[in-house]
Amino acid sequence: MDGEFKLQCPIPLNDYPHITMAHGGGGKLSHQLIADMFRPLFANDFIQAEHDGVLLPIDGAKMAFTTDSHVIQPLFYPGGDIGSLAVYGTVNDLSMCGARPLYLSLSFIIEEGLPMQTLWRIVQSIKLAADRTGVQIVTGDTKVVHRTNGADLFINTAGIGSLEHSLIIQPASIEVGDVIILNGDLGRHGIAVMAYREGLEFESQIESDCAPLNDIVQSLLNAKIPIHCMRDLTRGGLVSALVEISQKAGKRFEINESTIPIREDVRGACEILGFDPLFVANEGKFITFVPPAFTEKTLDSMRQHPLGRDAVVIGTVRPGEPRVLATNSFGGSRILFMFSGEQLPRIC
Amino acid sequence: MRFVDEYRDAESIKRVLQQIDEITTGDWNIMEICGGQTHAFLRYGIDELLPDNITLLHGPGCPVCVTPLEKIDKAIFLASQKNIIFCSFGDMMRVPGSHEDLLTVKARGGDVRIVYSPMDALTIARQHPDKEVVFFAIGFETTAPAHAMVVLKAKTEFAKNRANFSLLCSQVLVPPAIMAILDAPTNRVNGFLAAGHVCSVMGYHEYIPIAEQYKIPIVVTGFEPLDLLLGLFACVSQLEKGQFNVENSYPRSVTLRGNIPAQETMKKVFHIVDRQWRGIGVIPRSGLALQDEFAEFDAEKKFDLHDISVQEPRDCISGLILQGVKKPGDCPHFGVACTPEHPKGATMVSSEGACAAYYQYKK
Repeated sequence: MDGEFKLQCPIPLNDYPHITMAHGGGGKLSHQLIADMFRPLFANDFIQAEHDGVLLPIDGAKMAFTTDSHVIQPLFYPGGDIGSLAVYGTVNDLSMCGARPLYLSLSFIIEEGLPMQTLWRIVQSIKLAADRTGVQIVTGDTKVVHRTNGADLFINTAGIGSLEHSLIIQPASIEVGDVIILNGDLGRHGIAVMAYREGLEFESQIESDCAPLNDIVQSLLNAKIPIHCMRDLTRGGLVSALVEISQKAGKRFEINESTIPIREDVRGACEILGFDPLFVANEGKFITFVPPAFTEKTLDSMRQHPLGRDAVVIGTVRPGEPRVLATNSFGGSRILFMFSGEQLPRIC
Repeated sequence: MRFVDEYRDAESIKRVLQQIDEITTGDWNIMEICGGQTHAFLRYGIDELLPDNITLLHGPGCPVCVTPLEKIDKAIFLASQKNIIFCSFGDMMRVPGSHEDLLTVKARGGDVRIVYSPMDALTIARQHPDKEVVFFAIGFETTAPAHAMVVLKAKTEFAKNRANFSLLCSQVLVPPAIMAILDAPTNRVNGFLAAGHVCSVMGYHEYIPIAEQYKIPIVVTGFEPLDLLLGLFACVSQLEKGQFNVENSYPRSVTLRGNIPAQETMKKVFHIVDRQWRGIGVIPRSGLALQDEFAEFDAEKKFDLHDISVQEPRDCISGLILQGVKKPGDCPHFGVACTPEHPKGATMVSSEGACAAYYQYKK
């Protein structure tokens, strides 16, 4: 047994002797941790699927299982709070597997000194979010730790959901010719949280797009659309999701940048901060890969749902090397790569 | 979005591309000065839409890239001190010094904060009278006036008390860098696109003697795709006609004399000094330093930093890239031993550096 643990650390020490914030940014360094350290050590058939959640065969039935931790600052921000986010994050990960979310666990790590009233607000928000998505909070845990910077709170949720169809929704199911559909505009969550956290003021307040995706996904499944893959666009934004799926699927994605909806206020904020909105975090947005024959049906079905009114085709799957190519309105193109960590505001 | 959409309009862009194609007969090497322009050329794939006989060379105008290793090591030393809150613009956070970057210092417990304006750093100093607050003042003429403003403000605020606020200064100036490139025996630049932001502050009168002396066209250029193409069109037109004038293709922001109050504020606070450029070396009279009157705000004088002196790594060709002699692809380390995570030198360290831009958009 103990022989197993003499293996050398797969992240070279002189590269990163310490964890930096970039390791949690959803970019290249986050993926390096997973790909080089976690996944090879825990190697099994399930962890190889590299999806938002895992499909487990239990007693002949298939269940989806996932977990998500939430460390967002501030705890409350325009359009949401850490409580609803903790529920929606896990519900959305289950939904992206094509599962119907059923049960969630709820664990708090709380710093001493957190106002009881703050905790109560968050718990109430969790209750509302659970009711909205039809999940039950069935188990949990609470730990209190010494105070560090400020009285803070972190939440972990894990969830299971049932699979009520025979589709295998994962990157490996993607086929050449599939169209890539996005359910709405990008960047609102990331910009809302950052603007609020950093005290940046814009003409109008930008609110997070934080929303549960289980219902809109269910409507696609009810419409019998043979979904090949789905992914919600959280940290690292659209680009991280596309690059990750492209690599896993071994296919080339071509994106038409001018089709991607981005609200004026979000574009303006991104211009000021030097951000590329395609990399900014979202919490109620997802991409769907469907066969081309189902393009219209998918769009129709999405557009009937409040979270899919601006649904649009943003690209297609092509043969060739696994990479993501974005073409703009005048024919210029660029290859999209993940960032190393989070985007940082630029000097000029 | 006004002032953005017009300059990304597909039809206008295609029209100017067509015009450039029609007038180009010679082989021209054109250097855009600013890293923001390099970034935009590659982000929009414009370099690939140009006629084959136009070669874009990427200039030294990325303040993050050219900040010398020694200053970054000094920044890292200061940021590691227990009584110091170190404030920096976001894009300096990942720039590696000899051993580590500011993000790593932060991970080790250093109080390193990203600010959006030097004034934010002064506010932090006000909130933490028991701490020393140091702001990493890097940049070109574009950011220097804001640095000067904060020093003047601090001077008033700390008129009676000892200041707990200082600047680690590493500002640089564009015209001396242009002359250094043109003076190099390896120079192959035929025309320049001057940096619109810098000229918004400084105007473009300083470039007129340079264009005359070196017989080279210099076109003040903006940052949106259409701006870049209009600048290129003006530059190529001059080259094809054998002209060498200073031309303003960014008149919505730039005037001949620039922002005079901003320039006066700079002059009040800073004086011109020789400055080391990462990857290039010392360029005479190319940097700004605080005048003696403001010495109390000079972090290098306030803290004992004399022991920090380092050599630039030798196996990096960034100096040649910044001077337009080589392109990122000419380097054997590009994308292999040298990546944005583990940069060997100047042009890979910042997202606006030429190597980083090629890595991000082309690889």
